[in-house]
Amino acid sequence: MSDATGLTNTGLAKLIFGRLTLESLPLHEPILVGTFAMVALGGIALVAVITYFKLWTYLWKEWFTSVDHKKIGIMYMVLGLVMFLRGFADAAMMRAQQAMAFNGSDGFLPAHHYDQIFTAHGVIMIFFVAMPFVTGLMNYIVPLQIGARDVSFPFLNNFSFWMTTGGAILVMISLFVGEFARTGWLAYPPLSNLGYSPDAGVDYYIWALQVAGVGTTLSGINLIATIVKMRCPGMTMMRMPIFTWTALCTNTLIVASFPILTACLVLLSLDRYVGTNFFTNDLGGNPMMYVNLIWIWGHPEVYILVLPVFGVFSEVTSTFSGKKLFGYTSMVYATIVITILSYLVWLHHFFTMGSGASVNSFFGITTMIISIPTGAKIFNWLFTMYRGRIRFELPMMWTVAFMLTFVIGGMTGVMLAVPPADFVLHNSLFLIAHFHNVIIGGVVFGVFAAINFWFPKAFGFKLNRFWGLVSFWCWVVGFWLAFTPLYILGFMGVTRRLRVFDDPSLQIWFVIAACGALLIAAGIGALLLQIAVSVWKRNDLRDTTGDPWNGRTLEWATSSPPPDYNFAFTPVVHDNDAWHDMKARGYARPLQGFKPIHMPKNTGAGIILSAFATAMGFALIWYMWLLAAVCFVALIAGAIYHTFNYKRDFHIPADEVISTEAARTKLLSAQAAS
Amino acid sequence: MSVSTPTMNGEAPVFYVADEHDHPPGQSTLFGFWLYLMSDCLIFAMLFATFGVLGTSYAAGPGPKDLFDLKLVALNTTMLLLSSITYGFAMLEMMKGKVGSTQMWLAITGLFGAAFLSIELYEFHHMIHEGAGPWRSAFLSSFFTLVGTHGLHVTFGTIWLVTLMVQVAKFGLIEANQRRLMCLSMFWHFLDVVWIGVFTFVYLMGVLR
Amino acid sequence: MSADAHAGHGHDDHAHDDGRDHGSFKSYMTGFILSVILTAVPFWLVMTGAIENKNWAIAVIVVMAMVQIVVHMIYFLHMNTTSDAGWTMMALIFTVIVVVIALSGSLWVMYHLNVNMMPVHDMRNMP
Repeated sequence: MSDATGLTNTGLAKLIFGRLTLESLPLHEPILVGTFAMVALGGIALVAVITYFKLWTYLWKEWFTSVDHKKIGIMYMVLGLVMFLRGFADAAMMRAQQAMAFNGSDGFLPAHHYDQIFTAHGVIMIFFVAMPFVTGLMNYIVPLQIGARDVSFPFLNNFSFWMTTGGAILVMISLFVGEFARTGWLAYPPLSNLGYSPDAGVDYYIWALQVAGVGTTLSGINLIATIVKMRCPGMTMMRMPIFTWTALCTNTLIVASFPILTACLVLLSLDRYVGTNFFTNDLGGNPMMYVNLIWIWGHPEVYILVLPVFGVFSEVTSTFSGKKLFGYTSMVYATIVITILSYLVWLHHFFTMGSGASVNSFFGITTMIISIPTGAKIFNWLFTMYRGRIRFELPMMWTVAFMLTFVIGGMTGVMLAVPPADFVLHNSLFLIAHFHNVIIGGVVFGVFAAINFWFPKAFGFKLNRFWGLVSFWCWVVGFWLAFTPLYILGFMGVTRRLRVFDDPSLQIWFVIAACGALLIAAGIGALLLQIAVSVWKRNDLRDTTGDPWNGRTLEWATSSPPPDYNFAFTPVVHDNDAWHDMKARGYARPLQGFKPIHMPKNTGAGIILSAFATAMGFALIWYMWLLAAVCFVALIAGAIYHTFNYKRDFHIPADEVISTEAARTKLLSAQAAS
Repeated sequence: MSVSTPTMNGEAPVFYVADEHDHPPGQSTLFGFWLYLMSDCLIFAMLFATFGVLGTSYAAGPGPKDLFDLKLVALNTTMLLLSSITYGFAMLEMMKGKVGSTQMWLAITGLFGAAFLSIELYEFHHMIHEGAGPWRSAFLSSFFTLVGTHGLHVTFGTIWLVTLMVQVAKFGLIEANQRRLMCLSMFWHFLDVVWIGVFTFVYLMGVLR
Repeated sequence: MSADAHAGHGHDDHAHDDGRDHGSFKSYMTGFILSVILTAVPFWLVMTGAIENKNWAIAVIVVMAMVQIVVHMIYFLHMNTTSDAGWTMMALIFTVIVVVIALSGSLWVMYHLNVNMMPVHDMRNMP
């Protein structure tokens, strides 16, 4: 039963529900009630459709329990897309609020709500949109590019995906049960400590990131081991596709940086749960240590986001210029140098915290140095295009848009790298414009390029070009319209995360930015339409050859979509751009001699263990100690039980391989004949 | 049988492996586990960094000289070091394929590990009883977190050890179990490496400073 | 560098065809005895206060700790440059680099931040 105020539980209610009460439901906030109604209706509709078409067994057997890197890759992309809509909704609300809140108007979002929105926007976009997108791409493409049949640890792969999803679920639950953090996406103490954030918000933040972080770290280990150990014969390190190289460096960064985030968040949670004094203002604590630690993670994190898309651009540029990538070796070295240097720049995120001139100069110089290998990459892409036969398919268009957009964002980054300049620009809208410039221009455009490029491989039909073009132009024009005003406002001294403004002369810029956001919304709508129309018209867009773009790397040697086993025979590689080499030297697809293929079995252990972990996170957030303990024990017991399963693989019988390959032979000859 | 395609100089490049035999499962396991250990190493490094930064913030409370009993720590260290060599013996027996003696050395390792944990729990209990709990000061927060995290790892290692003993008893020293024992071996020795850092930088230096 | 490591292995009781070193009684004992010495000496030094100068004492025990870590790596963890075609060593080296950067960087940065937070000094002369 709860006490007289209804705000705290006592007795049995406390044991079961912790600090979760009816008050935790935001019934008095109309925006949230409305959102919940929409989500609930949509959710019910989705469940009804799946039930009606009797798809639950199919979904469980073929997707949720799948250890196939291709299926897992697609699920990551779906997760990223769904969360993208939530993250963008937050952005749209912020733009609307900031465009309105002048001349005495308070806008439509109270501070309490607005602060959660900008926090959630950052957390979702980085951890639950960008990370799943790049992880999904690497998961799908890398084993195909290295001629392997799956990743090194298929079960772990499935588990990693569900842990990431668990973190996303926790963030989404915070919308309707309790509140989210109001601290900004990095949750600096002392604001994030108990004194200033006593409610569940920061705890949602911590546990969502810890659960998802486990998934990400394990995925990093998985992909490194895959690239190191499972390359097909003949594929030396310097014959790997460049996307695989960037994937290797990205996953190295993941394994070497996410533990730092884990440790930092553990310390924050100890402050909140046990009353330790790591980041308090008294009893010896030092909040600046949090800022230091979290940015030692934070800077490599942005390279984790951008290196894979650099790899995408390399593949796209060489394919659509019909030329070998210029300067492969220097690209590899540039990537490795960026990987190492990314650990030497983190202080540029807090020049103004007061470390003094010598420390600031050191990090300012290293920051400027790190722009050099990136610049080298841009030149290599340009030289690849030079004298090539360029085809402006959508992936190539996104790549050109990236080059123009990202370079400007990079330049503003170099401006910020100068400590005295940063003292003026830190935490202004200039900074916001800079990082959106590089993240949208880099990561988002790169993901769109990758989606257009590899969609036919994954699904067997191309994406509709018309809606792709609409999406492209809306995004490019919308981005510049939305963020150029922010550069201007930042120069004029406007601070980030503000909700209400006194100076009416600023309003016009915010209105322009809001128009840009509207265009971007149209771009997102067009993207969704593009997918829908392509599915509807898939027969017209069919890819029967498996190589719709005249690709250069091994993934294009398979059918579209590839069979479960990827390659009937493991390829042998003799040169860079292995598939291009094979085509040039008259490779003939083998038509006989197929053998049974050894594959890993599907398992439900990943989703079940992740469910326990997520439930444990929820329990810890709400101080439901009994539930937390039960989930913890279930997690450990479940994991131990899983290790008693020694029979984790099977063989695809030769007959099945024969018939799959025969079907492909038929398709290819029909295609050749037409 | 392999199908090859002729080239100009008559030599046929082979583009696929026609006669493939199954990859042995677990070829990546030891390397993957090593990578996990590297990530774990980073977590500990950050806890050491935190201890380095906050380790002298006593907040007018008790410091290392008031709290650390070096004799107890020496005993603890001995337990852990002995457990490392006994695990080594277990591995040597495993290489010879001897289930019985492997299990015996594993059990002894587990006992030394349990002794280590008991002594550490006693030490923690004593300190908290004296009012020197992790909430007293930043020094104590970082001490308990660093040493406690190490202790938690030893606890999980011990649970893992018991699980493996059950699995070896059930299935014998099959390939998969040998791989798991090798992973636990790496884990166990790694924990001893971390402890070297702990007793040096936390206990010995704490008393010296 | 092929990932396919099947060439010419025989099968025996241990069937370890991965080129790994698994140690011997002699190597484990060597490692153990070295570790005992490298543990006992620092403890003895500190507990008896044998070295007057604190900084020297700290330097000695830190060096011994580093050496003991290497001993553990070689004799217990069988660290060498050939396992997994050198990737194990590469992973270790990269981790050590990151650890050194993060540790020394944190100590350096936090020291400066703390000094600059202290009251009553002329900030114009700050390093």
